[in-house]
Amino acid sequence: MASSIRVRATSNGDTTEVQALIQHPMDSGFVKDAKGEIIPPHFITQLTFEYQGKPVFLADWGGGVSKDPYVKFAFKGGKKGDELKVSWVDNKGATDSTTAKIQ
Amino acid sequence: MSITSNEFSPARRLVLKGAGIAALIGLGVVPFGVPQALAAANDAYPADAFKQKSEADAIKALYGKSPEPSDKVKMDAPEIAENGAVVPISASTTLADVTSISFLVTENPIALVASYKIPAGTVPNVANRIKMAKTSNVTVIVEAGGKLYSAVKEIKVTVGGCGG
Repeated sequence: MASSIRVRATSNGDTTEVQALIQHPMDSGFVKDAKGEIIPPHFITQLTFEYQGKPVFLADWGGGVSKDPYVKFAFKGGKKGDELKVSWVDNKGATDSTTAKIQ
Repeated sequence: MSITSNEFSPARRLVLKGAGIAALIGLGVVPFGVPQALAAANDAYPADAFKQKSEADAIKALYGKSPEPSDKVKMDAPEIAENGAVVPISASTTLADVTSISFLVTENPIALVASYKIPAGTVPNVANRIKMAKTSNVTVIVEAGGKLYSAVKEIKVTVGGCGG
């Protein structure tokens, strides 16, 4: 199965810029469907980026983050060719992870 | 009599379960009082803060203190969002020793949208996309050197992103 995570990490020598796009419904639990029934909450709660075994960025999310969430950040260091690990867990306990090579 | 007791016992179990969950939530909140150095490394999900309806309660649950406005916290957001379901917002700061950056929408049913932990070596500049129920103030909170700094901006929403 294709990963739900698309991540691009680019190093400019000094810092590494990371952009991630995740496929997830991010249902807040406040929206009603066509029948007027509330769509139960289903959203990513935590998203973690690890470089060389250390977290470089941690996101705690609620249902207020947009569907198919996008996030961008940068960290100092990070070599071209090294791997960046990305993983998420949602409020139903589902998880996914991927690794991306820094470009 | 026995029928009555059968009817009541599941209710009692529910009450007990509720108490257990409440106790767990209580325990979950405690670690947020720990020193700032630990806060960055602490990856426990602040479930309690994400349950608070008002912005003030969410900030209290997340940080346990109040922010002061600062012009060193920069927010890049549209004046008008045509679609409240996807509002691109980024935040950055020139403050040193940043440990976290949080986004809150005052008028959302749950004020806290996202909270990012910034370990040492990570640039305090975050971009993301959030949902807004209606026109509202958006608050960015930066935790730096154990203190809280905030920036507020009103974003007008023409189509809400949280209603049905």
